[in-house]
Amino acid sequence: MITFWFSVVVLAWVLYFVLEGFDFGVGLLGPVLGRDDHERGAAVRTIGPFWDGNEVWLVAAIGVTFAAFPAWYSALLAGLYLPMVVLLLLLAVRGVALEFRGKGDGARYRRRADVALAASSLGIVLVWGALLAAFAHGLAINAGGDVVGGGFDRTFGPVLTPAAGLGALAALYAALLLGATFLALRTSGPLRRRAANLSRWLGTGGAVALLLAGIGTGSVITLLAAVLAFAAGLLARTGREALAFGATAAAVAGAVVAVFTTHGAVVLHSTIDPAYALTRDAAAATPQALELITWAGVLILPGVIAYQAYSYWVFRRRVASERVPS
Amino acid sequence: MDVLDWTRLQFAVVTIYHYFFVPLSISLAASAAGLQIAWLRTKKEQYLHLTKFVGKILIVTFAVGVVTGLVQEFQFGLGWSAFARFYGDVFGPTLAIEGMLAFFLEATFLALWYFGWDRLPRAIHTACIVIVAVGTLLSAFIILAANSFMQNPVAYALDPVTGRARLTSFTELMLNKVNLAAFPHTISGAIMVGGALLLALGVWRLAADPAYRTLARLGAWLTLTGGALTALTGDHLGKVITEVQPMKMAAAEALYATTAGAPFSVFATGKPLPEFSLEIPWLLSILAKGNPGATVQGIDDLQAQYAAEFGPGSYVPMIPVAFWTFRLMIGVGMLAAAVAAYYLWRTRKSRNAPRWLTRWLPLIPLLPAAANTFGWIFTETARQPWIAFGISKVADGISPGLTSSEVITSLAGFTVIYGVIAVVWLRLVRHLARQPLAPAAAAADKPEPAPVY
Repeated sequence: MITFWFSVVVLAWVLYFVLEGFDFGVGLLGPVLGRDDHERGAAVRTIGPFWDGNEVWLVAAIGVTFAAFPAWYSALLAGLYLPMVVLLLLLAVRGVALEFRGKGDGARYRRRADVALAASSLGIVLVWGALLAAFAHGLAINAGGDVVGGGFDRTFGPVLTPAAGLGALAALYAALLLGATFLALRTSGPLRRRAANLSRWLGTGGAVALLLAGIGTGSVITLLAAVLAFAAGLLARTGREALAFGATAAAVAGAVVAVFTTHGAVVLHSTIDPAYALTRDAAAATPQALELITWAGVLILPGVIAYQAYSYWVFRRRVASERVPS
Repeated sequence: MDVLDWTRLQFAVVTIYHYFFVPLSISLAASAAGLQIAWLRTKKEQYLHLTKFVGKILIVTFAVGVVTGLVQEFQFGLGWSAFARFYGDVFGPTLAIEGMLAFFLEATFLALWYFGWDRLPRAIHTACIVIVAVGTLLSAFIILAANSFMQNPVAYALDPVTGRARLTSFTELMLNKVNLAAFPHTISGAIMVGGALLLALGVWRLAADPAYRTLARLGAWLTLTGGALTALTGDHLGKVITEVQPMKMAAAEALYATTAGAPFSVFATGKPLPEFSLEIPWLLSILAKGNPGATVQGIDDLQAQYAAEFGPGSYVPMIPVAFWTFRLMIGVGMLAAAVAAYYLWRTRKSRNAPRWLTRWLPLIPLLPAAANTFGWIFTETARQPWIAFGISKVADGISPGLTSSEVITSLAGFTVIYGVIAVVWLRLVRHLARQPLAPAAAAADKPEPAPVY
């Protein structure tokens, strides 16, 4: 039961990072790749109907983490208090900028919304990357699962390490590639061309960097990521946009699974003493609670996935970025 | 102020802010659904235009509700991790099920509805907004069940080994009698806020399009109906609370001594309250127990009783806060309903409202929004010192290790960002209301342009 729920939690996080990953990528790239107001609007329209539903996967992911592993939820959020707050504030700015962009008046207003969207998306991606690295690395938790200490370093410390920096860079790269392949898949006209071009460069260039990093560190996961990035670049080159996006999404999914399973049955490693580490069994809710959410999950989630898929199908048409002569 | 006070203040600030947008989303979703159905049944163009107008206000309001609601989902772990650990079994599944069952529905179908005007068959498209409206109600019900657990813990057992709460029945948790009383009260209050916003926008734009008169009158009816329902449901909720949290109602009345045939104080002054009090005889006994001669327990007796039951300590909430927020909730809310009723009376049979009224009416949403806020401040502060009544105190729920400087920093961040969002939202709603309601005549034969993002 606990293993099952651990898988569901990881699945929810994977879906969140893949789905919101391309939202963040589009938020980052749209304002940059779009050369004028019309093109930038087209870029944002590719995620307009979806971002909200995608963001609910964060609600679901944090919700099932809380429901199935309350101690893990508590330790992660309390132990990373300030970076989490920064993340929430950036998410607030991003969501509002995205939703408010087209409703206001004037090019200057939309320009400001674009800047807010790109800047907050960039911030979110970097913070998430650092946070995921901290999840994998572990926190200075004591026997009670709490991080104690003083100053801002208590909760900012874990995201200001070199490893967290690498995590942030990796997340940025993944979001850019996801965003580029998604834009190439979902638009037509100049935006599609530019996004496809970028996917090629990012895919090939990133694959080389990952390959070197993989050989340097001997990490199998990094080598796998290099292969997938290379595949994405290659597929983008041959115009297989859906597959290029799929390969990138698979790489992101793999990376998220890797983060959550770094320490096996330990969900949160303690950097003070391995004996304080939080295990799946110790963090899990009672069997009654797990049984309840199992029923809820089995009954509800397939429906959610079905109607979200339906919404993607309804809005499947590419968004035109070329100007229509009037 | 220590870290506990700061963390409480932060929870209050972000929750109150979130709750400006939640009741609006609940009532605007229902209004949009109602208007669209009215359009389909009557084929009157003005209903279509109003549906789209309300839809635009809804979608920008919903977005703010989403991003601030996300913060709520994290709050329990950020600032209250001890509470999250001990009550994770009760709170975790509740939040998870709310997200999976209701929030996904709302977010996905709102987007399908808003962007799907020319892509979905009419019946499916209408179903989408109805689903959104139902989803908001489901969300409210499940979240209020979590809150009701804090007021009146049910459906749990304390694990003798770990001391943690274990959920015993989800159905029982949902059907907590406080929830069954609080849910209709909360929804009535929500209808008032959304109704008042429609009334305000309708009156403000009255000259621009005859359809705005329909909108204003619809808003006024919603405000008035919501007002009547809040009074009825509030009366019932008061009786339930008297039963499960007698201290809360005693605090609301600043009633120190246990009294038979207790009066209701309309206004009081003095320190401590009430040295002087303007009273309506027997009314409190009627409100609390439904019987003019009934005995209502006083603060002093309850304090002695709790000290004997739970150990030494103060179990008295902040009396002036409880006393005044309770009165302001009722007074301000009823004032809003009265103004709406007066507007309906003055605009009956296509009469026009007087100038002074239409000049001030655009401010009317402030009244029910304030009444909702007073109600929440009352119900949450008069629960003190408990985080879950009778089993756990607020001071035991805070995240161990959290420091004041951290909370002050995060509170400052929330204040700044939330402040900016509120200003932008307000200007955006004003901007959206200034757009012509009906598409210009020249564009009438062109297909509706896709919404610009």
